[in-house]
Amino acid sequence: MDFLLVQFLTGLANASALFLIASGLTVIFGVTRVVNFAHGSFYMLGAYLAWTIVRALWEWGGREPWLFVSGLLLAALAVGAIGALVEMILLRRIYRAPELFQLLATFGVVLIVQDVTLALWGPEDLPLPRPRWLRAFVEVAGERFPLYDLILIFVGPVVLGLLWLLFQRTRFGILVRAATQDREMVAALGVDQRALFTGVFFLGSALAGLGGAIVLPSQNANLQMDLAIIAEAFVVVVVGGMGSVPGAFLASLLIAEVQAFGIVLVPKATLVLVFLVMAAVLMVRPYGLLGRPQAHARAPTGSVAPVIRAAPGVLKIAGAIALALAAAAPLYAGPYALTVLIELVVFILFAASLHLLMGPGGVVSFGHAAYFGLGAYGAALGVRFLAVPMEAGLVLAPLLAGLFGVVFGWFVVRLSGVYLAMLTLAFAQIVWAAAFQWVELTGGDNGILGVWPSPWARDKALFLWLALVLCLGATLLLRRAIYAPFGYALRAARDSELRAEAIGLDAARLRLVAFVLAAVAAGIAGGVYAYAKGSVFPTYISIPKSVDALLMVLLGGVQTVSGPIVGAVAFHGLFLTLLQWVEWWRAALGLAIVALVLAFPEGIAGFVQRRWEARFGAAS
Amino acid sequence: MLEIAHLNAFYGRAHILRDLALTVARGEVLVLLGRNGAGKSTTLKSIIGLVRPAPGSSIRFAGREIAGLAPHLIARLGIGYVPEERRIFTDLTVMENLEVGRRPPPDGREPWTPERLFALFPNLARMKDRPGGRMSGGEQQMLTIARTLMGNPTLLLLDEPSEGLAPVIVEQMAEAIAAVKRAGVTVLLSEQNLHFAARVADRAAIIEKGVIRWQGSFADLDAAPEVKAQYLSV
Repeated sequence: MDFLLVQFLTGLANASALFLIASGLTVIFGVTRVVNFAHGSFYMLGAYLAWTIVRALWEWGGREPWLFVSGLLLAALAVGAIGALVEMILLRRIYRAPELFQLLATFGVVLIVQDVTLALWGPEDLPLPRPRWLRAFVEVAGERFPLYDLILIFVGPVVLGLLWLLFQRTRFGILVRAATQDREMVAALGVDQRALFTGVFFLGSALAGLGGAIVLPSQNANLQMDLAIIAEAFVVVVVGGMGSVPGAFLASLLIAEVQAFGIVLVPKATLVLVFLVMAAVLMVRPYGLLGRPQAHARAPTGSVAPVIRAAPGVLKIAGAIALALAAAAPLYAGPYALTVLIELVVFILFAASLHLLMGPGGVVSFGHAAYFGLGAYGAALGVRFLAVPMEAGLVLAPLLAGLFGVVFGWFVVRLSGVYLAMLTLAFAQIVWAAAFQWVELTGGDNGILGVWPSPWARDKALFLWLALVLCLGATLLLRRAIYAPFGYALRAARDSELRAEAIGLDAARLRLVAFVLAAVAAGIAGGVYAYAKGSVFPTYISIPKSVDALLMVLLGGVQTVSGPIVGAVAFHGLFLTLLQWVEWWRAALGLAIVALVLAFPEGIAGFVQRRWEARFGAAS
Repeated sequence: MLEIAHLNAFYGRAHILRDLALTVARGEVLVLLGRNGAGKSTTLKSIIGLVRPAPGSSIRFAGREIAGLAPHLIARLGIGYVPEERRIFTDLTVMENLEVGRRPPPDGREPWTPERLFALFPNLARMKDRPGGRMSGGEQQMLTIARTLMGNPTLLLLDEPSEGLAPVIVEQMAEAIAAVKRAGVTVLLSEQNLHFAARVADRAAIIEKGVIRWQGSFADLDAAPEVKAQYLSV
């Protein structure tokens, strides 16, 4: 009983930090409608800056508690200033771009911050030296409980109260609430939105920074903090209802307690448990605990230019030449080039499968890597436990991916917008957590090795041809589906669900079919990738992998059928070049993403298509 | 006070306003009449900057060129905009809605306060703490005008203020506009209700297909039934 109480209190203490970061995220989303991936980076920066500032203050004035608190607040203010700067330099320019482009830009910031942090503070975890008062314990029901955690328990409610006062009692707060609902009207009343948005970013980032700073005594500052927390913060924000601060408070309590008790009950499945809670909440309340249906602050993504036409002849010829060049590659290219080409072909299918969902389907998946990874693990598990040959493994891959596509898709297609995207992210994190934590089955972090092709396909040239046949074949079939009656029906359901249903189309079912098709196709790509690499790892399912797919589709352009192909080639080419030539490749990639988003808000292929049509007229 | 010349505006490729020219004199109430889709709302939105006027358009307000400025800058110069759809902040109370609109007067005039506005719209005084989402359409229409007046505009743009209101509320609205005029505010409103327009406005301008076709007093308009038939009757 006492043990349960202590566990409960630990949950409350963790809830405070979680609430700080989630409240910042939800406020930023509420006003600016930006899904800010960089929020986790602000949290990480808060921890690192607090480490530096607190130690400097302690060196100057002794290890006093008040200097510690001042250090945390200074770190939060510094992070707030960084957030405001990011808003002014980057996001301000792309508020009119589709939401996903903003998300990509913030992911570019994630990459940049990772490398900057690495450069400034080095790769080692940084522990804060803990004077005696930071290590003190109090007695709670006969058990020892850290004094610092006890204090943390009160931080969450205090911040909630302060935020409440800010939003209810100050002009800034009232303007923020008004802008959350109707930014344009606020501007028409003479309020400078830009200053308001910068202020909101300052506030939100400072909260994230404070969240990172207050966990410093219990966890070291480390380079994995950003992506570790962002998934959790998204869960809290979505469970609470996007834009709702009290919702974020409730949800952070719920999630932190689920974690605190989950670690006792099912220590191997804590991560899975959290995402299951989120999925359950969204099934009962599609807009979260205290959320409401989103007001459309702007046209939803994907409805901008829903025109998909048959490729012009020139493009078909260019495609045929590219294919011939790829097939003939063993004649002129070395083994490294062949390996790159195989990966490229895999990623083309991966991107094309996501494109089917995002373009014609209008379903934005943040977790498409799940199906790629399930394909890879399907093959690898077959090899590990059944010792199946490659041919069977390549059948298992899409089978496993498709199976999970059916199950997850059934839930996903019932939601819409950001909530839908977040649920796909949650499902992907469940799969990732299983791959990471269920060591007996998946080998955990060490992955599964020895996933080799059958003897006949071990020759690089033959494997390339196999990959070409499977991946490009599947890509062409996906293209075919887009131009088939199914594709037209899918687009009708995307553009107007009501009207589509009025003429007898079952929108949810169409989207489910698209979801499963995309999962199967991504599974094929994952299977081929597993055999190409000879091994599988949980990173195949990680958030960055899902973002890779989004990048490929968006760089190529959502509303062009060749987009994913162009995007996959551009992204993978860029990625490999940076990896090979640039020491700080993450920062370089981040900068490249940011630059591309600023330069081509409609994607590369979209840009070319527009220029083409401006010059030669529409193709229809 | 307001001089518009060569105003062109587009929605995508649709050409809505075509070289529109219009002048509003200080202190007058001018009504823009026309059928649905004639360009009334677009004209008002172009003035406040919510629709971006095409290059070459000229909108001069108090001697200053404002075409192409951001909406908040235009509003700060003293133009108040009341949208057709009211666009009340439904989560905010009446008092909070008024607070969003509050700005000091650009000149030394006596500012509008909630108390002055409650005298003008007595219904609002009884629901100071009610969220905007739980008000009737007429109450919302009063609140949206009161909210804009809190910005102490010298020119008020009203987009179809009588639309969808009960006759008794329309009557109150007419009195409110008269009071606003007495307070020295210039008013440009759009209307489809000819009786309401004749009651509140000094002068009328008729717009059709994005062009001003006719201007004059209501006496002139009554004397020209062919104008009414051509541009206004359904």
